[in-house]
Amino acid sequence: MHQFLQQVFSGLAAGAVYASLALALVMIYRATDLVNFAQGEMAMFSTYIAWTLVNAGLPFWGAFLITLAVSFVGGMAVERIVIRPVENAPILTAVVVTIGLLLIFNSLAGWIYSYTLQEFPSPFPDRTLFGALMTTRDLGVIAVTLMMLVALFCFFRFTATGLAMRAAAQNPESARLCGIPVGWMLAVGWGFAAAIGAVAGIMVAPVLFLDPNMMSGVLLYAFTGALLGGITSPIGAVIGGLIVGVTENLVGTYLIASQLKLTVALILIIIVLVFRPNGLFGTAVVRRV
Amino acid sequence: MAAILELRAVKAFYGQSEVLHGIDLAVEEGGMTVLLGANGAGKTTTLRAICGMVRSEGQILFAGRRLERCTTEQIAGFGVAHVPEGRGTFIGLTVEENLRIGAYAATGRPHDNMQLMYGYFPILAQRRRQQAGALSGGEQQMLAIARALMMSPRLLVLDEPSFGLAPRVVEAIFGIVERIRREQHVSVLLVEQNASLALAMADRAYLLETGYVVTSGSAKALADDPQIRRSYLGY
Ligand SMILES: Nc1ncnc2c1ncn2[C@@H]1O[C@H](COP(=O)(O)OP(=O)(O)OP(=O)(O)O)[C@@H](O)[C@H]1O
Ligand SMILES: [Mg+2]
Repeated sequence: MHQFLQQVFSGLAAGAVYASLALALVMIYRATDLVNFAQGEMAMFSTYIAWTLVNAGLPFWGAFLITLAVSFVGGMAVERIVIRPVENAPILTAVVVTIGLLLIFNSLAGWIYSYTLQEFPSPFPDRTLFGALMTTRDLGVIAVTLMMLVALFCFFRFTATGLAMRAAAQNPESARLCGIPVGWMLAVGWGFAAAIGAVAGIMVAPVLFLDPNMMSGVLLYAFTGALLGGITSPIGAVIGGLIVGVTENLVGTYLIASQLKLTVALILIIIVLVFRPNGLFGTAVVRRV
Repeated sequence: MAAILELRAVKAFYGQSEVLHGIDLAVEEGGMTVLLGANGAGKTTTLRAICGMVRSEGQILFAGRRLERCTTEQIAGFGVAHVPEGRGTFIGLTVEENLRIGAYAATGRPHDNMQLMYGYFPILAQRRRQQAGALSGGEQQMLAIARALMMSPRLLVLDEPSFGLAPRVVEAIFGIVERIRREQHVSVLLVEQNASLALAMADRAYLLETGYVVTSGSAKALADDPQIRRSYLGY
């Protein structure tokens, strides 16, 4: 039982990272019907920025905040420069563009930072809590993710810009008629997604070690989480990500060799697509004709 | 009286095909102009041209400004509030959120406008926390009009507000629109299939057929025109 709970907690910590990246995927999907396959590599690149800043001697949380800001601006720039030109193109074209972005960020990171594994510092002390039930690191990851989620929730729920972004995602044409600059709202959405991804990357890097391919597995789990949650539901994405994290950890501990854990994600994707194509939370809003 | 909106020889296009072939139209400051026409005549396209949602040629003047090169969101910012065909409701958001979105381009205080709208449409105040998609058709139309008015516009553009609604509901809504026009000094451009009701309220009227204005004049003159009576009023 003790081991089981231990695995659940560390699964939640991993799941918090998947949940963050899943949330980033869902934000962009809702606004543009586009799955951003480059989300993981953008997060990886952000993590390298944080790594560079920490190595340059900045305190961890200073580097963290600067990285979020840089990622936000970078995400906006990617939308304006790369995505905007294919805005009205067939969706497949845009998907191919994000796959291209994935390759570009991956090669760019390899070229600048090389493909060797780098150690990434954890901001949390390495201790265990509650009779070794969980580690401070896992708890720290969960806490940071929670704080980010609360901040995002407040932004979208209570600010005029947050509301305008939701309006733009839901009905762009009508939003324009209300004077909302929809194009900029999309760019800000990409900025948020990039910053959320940066948090995920920084949180997972101390565990996985930093290298240009660090996020490929994480992206797959995040994608599974997003699908599980119904791809259009932010809350669904978070819960889906957590479920994937816990499942992955338990299955890896009790059922199959942990090297095969990634298959869990694939199996989950297939199960979801077959039995609940709309995911757990992908129910449509109340509609009346 | 001066015109707040004026279209001069406006053409509009979907891709290569020309749908409006040179339209002249005016809305008097503080007045109500109605645009009539059969299905497919180009009424919606005219409204879309005004708001920069289709490619157009010719001149579109609003309060002394040229609108042709402006984006839809800029035009909204100038004070043109457009309730599009299908109402443009944000169905996944609450009634109150819909109203707050309408106030995005407003310069005044959104809260005051909201109270004003709840005064005109008390049902919306009751339903403020409900999801907009769960409202009845009539309530959704009221919400759409209230949303548009949240920006304190100078021109309210309505595309078939009576569509799919029971006659009693339509009369109630038109009554409120007429009250708002007088009390808030907002000019109205109305597209309607319900010609008799629209002509009774409006001061100017235009009849559109396949992209041309075929008749225009005072609403009263059009209501008395025997041909229009036969084709559009049915008596
Ligand atoms: N998106 C579009 N692409 C191509 N053609 C269009 C498009 N929308 C409308 N049209 C064409 O333009 C013409 C005018 O359409 P419009 O929607 O302006 O008519 P309407 O007068 O508003 O009709 P209704 O009363 O049915 O709303 C029609 O012939 C229609 O087929
Ligand atoms: Mg129409």
